[in-house]
Amino acid sequence: MTPRTPADTGPAAASGQLSRLRSPHLLSAADLTPEEVLLILDTAGAMREVGTRPIKKVPALRGKTVVNLFFEPSTRTRTSFEIAEKRLSADALNIAASGSSVVKGETLADTARNLEAMAPDIIVIRHQASGACHLLADICSSRIVNAGDGMHEHPTQALLDLLTIRDHKPDFARLKVAIIGDLLHSRVMRSNVRLLTMLGADVWVCGPPTMMPAGIELQGVTATSSIDAAVEGADVVMMLRIQLERMSGHFFPSLREYHELFGLSAARLARARPDVIVMHPGPLNRGVEIASEVADGPYSVILEQVSNGVALRMAVLYLIAGVSEGVD
Amino acid sequence: MPVVMDPGRISRALMRIAHEIVERNREVDELALVGIRTRGVPLARRLAANLQEIAEREIPLGALDITLYRDDLMRHTVGPQPLLRHTEIPFSIDDRRILLVDDVLYTGRTVRAALDALVDFGRPRAIQLIVLVDRGHRELPIRADYVGKNLPTALPESVQVRLVETDGADEVLIQQPAAEEPA
Amino acid sequence: MATRTPPQAGIGDVLLKGGRLVDPAQGADGACDLLLRGGRVEQVGPGLPVGEARVIEIPDGLVVCPGLIDMHVHLREPGQEYKETIRSGALAALAGGFTGVACMPNTVPVNDHPGVTTQIVRKAAEAGLAHVYPIGAVTAGSRGEQMTEFGALREAGCVAVSDDGHPVADALMMRRALEYASMFGMPVINHCEDPSLKDDGSAHEGPTAAELGLRGIPGAAEEVMVARDVALSELTGGSVHIAHMSVAGSLRAVRAGKERGVRVTCEVTPHHFILSDEQLTYDTNFKMNPPLRGTVDRDAMLEGLADGSIDAIATDHAPHHADDKAVEFDKAPFGIIGLETAIPLVLDRLLHTGHLSLTRIVELLATNPARILGLPGGSLAPGAPADVTVLAPDAEVEVSAAAFRSRARNTPFDGWKLKGAAAAVLVGGRTAYVNDQVAAATAFEVP
Repeated sequence: MTPRTPADTGPAAASGQLSRLRSPHLLSAADLTPEEVLLILDTAGAMREVGTRPIKKVPALRGKTVVNLFFEPSTRTRTSFEIAEKRLSADALNIAASGSSVVKGETLADTARNLEAMAPDIIVIRHQASGACHLLADICSSRIVNAGDGMHEHPTQALLDLLTIRDHKPDFARLKVAIIGDLLHSRVMRSNVRLLTMLGADVWVCGPPTMMPAGIELQGVTATSSIDAAVEGADVVMMLRIQLERMSGHFFPSLREYHELFGLSAARLARARPDVIVMHPGPLNRGVEIASEVADGPYSVILEQVSNGVALRMAVLYLIAGVSEGVD
Repeated sequence: MPVVMDPGRISRALMRIAHEIVERNREVDELALVGIRTRGVPLARRLAANLQEIAEREIPLGALDITLYRDDLMRHTVGPQPLLRHTEIPFSIDDRRILLVDDVLYTGRTVRAALDALVDFGRPRAIQLIVLVDRGHRELPIRADYVGKNLPTALPESVQVRLVETDGADEVLIQQPAAEEPA
Repeated sequence: MATRTPPQAGIGDVLLKGGRLVDPAQGADGACDLLLRGGRVEQVGPGLPVGEARVIEIPDGLVVCPGLIDMHVHLREPGQEYKETIRSGALAALAGGFTGVACMPNTVPVNDHPGVTTQIVRKAAEAGLAHVYPIGAVTAGSRGEQMTEFGALREAGCVAVSDDGHPVADALMMRRALEYASMFGMPVINHCEDPSLKDDGSAHEGPTAAELGLRGIPGAAEEVMVARDVALSELTGGSVHIAHMSVAGSLRAVRAGKERGVRVTCEVTPHHFILSDEQLTYDTNFKMNPPLRGTVDRDAMLEGLADGSIDAIATDHAPHHADDKAVEFDKAPFGIIGLETAIPLVLDRLLHTGHLSLTRIVELLATNPARILGLPGGSLAPGAPADVTVLAPDAEVEVSAAAFRSRARNTPFDGWKLKGAAAAVLVGGRTAYVNDQVAAATAFEVP
């Protein structure tokens, strides 16, 4: 190890502030401690500056190979990870299910073993099955970052949501956050509920009873099917995408009625606090869960979420890469 | 723990360096100070105040975190990843003479990382290095342009710079190796 | 452990001397000897004379009971021999303390034709291990459309009909099946689960599934069909048997039916009265259908076992190859194996907890399964088949999937330390299996 000058040991180490994550994987927001969440957010805050430079690249992950293994179509998340990887000088490789051996009937376990043989340092995985990233983590020695697994979790999305919220409202414990929409199929909701309740926010979830996960209130949230009750006095309103591709039944009669009952309009938003921020993980179904006047309106921070995504993912990759083997 | 610089000596060293800067740089308007996190930043701020006093010019001031450029990043077998802090350089460094400030010059690796980082921000006309203490034992061909104090040390010793802004007091200490701490 | 091949010569008398004999069919529980002759029980009573008989001394603490019968297993043959065969399944049965198993028809092809039944019966005879009682399909291919030839299936050796793996979804089909099967004295065993409510669920609908992001199967999916089948049994007078019952509501429906005299019986698996969805992870060895339910349901199953409203314990032994299970939870097949874990689990969790008496346990594992399926065993009364299980209720065992006789290893109980095991099994008067480890620990010697 290189000898360190005293200046190298920052105040953080001296004050005992957390400077690393415990786990080499980010599979679930539920695995993080509040201190770890704040470390990720602080690191992401510092990473944002890299994106403002003329040369948006730092050598931190030089020589590291990161595989983006995407079994579901995704433009936003995959691009966000890829930019993050490139800004950290990692060698980024994209594998999309449609162009891979997956379509030839290979199992996920075999795909994982084959990747493993090529020894990537980090695998970022998006998969339609809940728990797929756990399966990968069991098989591979690479570090695994969950970029969305089925209806389970999407931890980096929730973390970037927190980063965005904190820019506007730094004290999570004072916030009322309303998460509205297709709760049943939403991994974004699950990750956000875990993190926000962990940090002390008053979290309300709202959706039709047909899309309310069983026992959701056991996760420390208030569940309601009244959007007005959810939005009333809210500091943050987070709209969820109606995931038409995940619908297998009759959860509501029509998009028109859904919009009528659960769509966020400017009139509805008036019930929230005057400094409310409106979020959406994207992609938007305009006129379904959110009216254009709101999505493009003054309270919307939707595009901030997107730009925060890159910095947040840089932070996660940087921290995950830095977790020491065999240390807990 | 022997104190090798007290508040008075630190203050005098910084004033002397400010004078040397003005002597060696005719175009004071081209100058900018960039402190290396952590303690290079308050030192740069004090130098800026000195320069203001001497040259009656406000010198732009920036802070540089070199974590992402460290050559030992990801190479630790144990131990934490260094904590990443904010880099703030609120001016263009193109064609400026950059005064890079750190507290201790030792192996030279921190400065190497800082030089790499700086060139990612643009193309300065020149970069000069200011350190409060040069303790020797260089591992890279790097030399300071302005030195507060040359301090010969033994390799196992460590030099601690403490500043009011970060540590509550101004002093430079030499610490003998503690028996229980691995080198 | 060793499996004894039955001697080829005709077998002489065998006397099981000493030990405690538990046979609910005769109301027997106490020190009793048992004389077996010509594959049948000859005499039961204390201090029987030895005579010409080969003597098996039963040490104190061991229990002699009628051969246990697992009325719900999947043997995978024909068609999926890489998961299990009739032979390996029968070996697993013996190793688990069972002298007989009833195998479900969801093989490839489905046992919906006497030809398939005959093949199963022949393979089982060739193996010469445990009794294998085939269960025929209710409908062709278990597709729920065309009733099979119950008469021919019965003739070929089927003891019941079931579309297990799939419910008989259509109420009219179920009605006709109950009516028609009653002519042959066969029960219709139904896997009760409303397909539309199950949808593409893979875990019990509840907080754990919500947390893990798994699609839920509500308890009501089972309950509604159990209620329907109780009503149809009442309507038709046919016997319906509820397979692997898992939710409290189903038990209520069964109880209510029994109170009215409806000919409904039901079984529960060890995993449904021991585990709950609280244990659920992405480990696919916790994926089975019905899924692990809530603790309320699990506790209801325990209650039903104690109060007599549950008739049988069956394992729903569902072997799968490791490759089948090493996939995403959603994609993994349902099912776990149970033959070699059932007895230790039952004795540890039901007997040693004081929850059930040994008599009740034997009733659930032998007497009632035989009665429901109309099998010759289930009793040690004179004239009954000489199928005997010797239990060692105090033997300490550790479940080791690697040592299973089954071809499959898909169990959530691997590594569990349990108290109670089967020490030996006699089929037709022949020593078919001795668990050497248990025998040694209990000073039990089988000549």
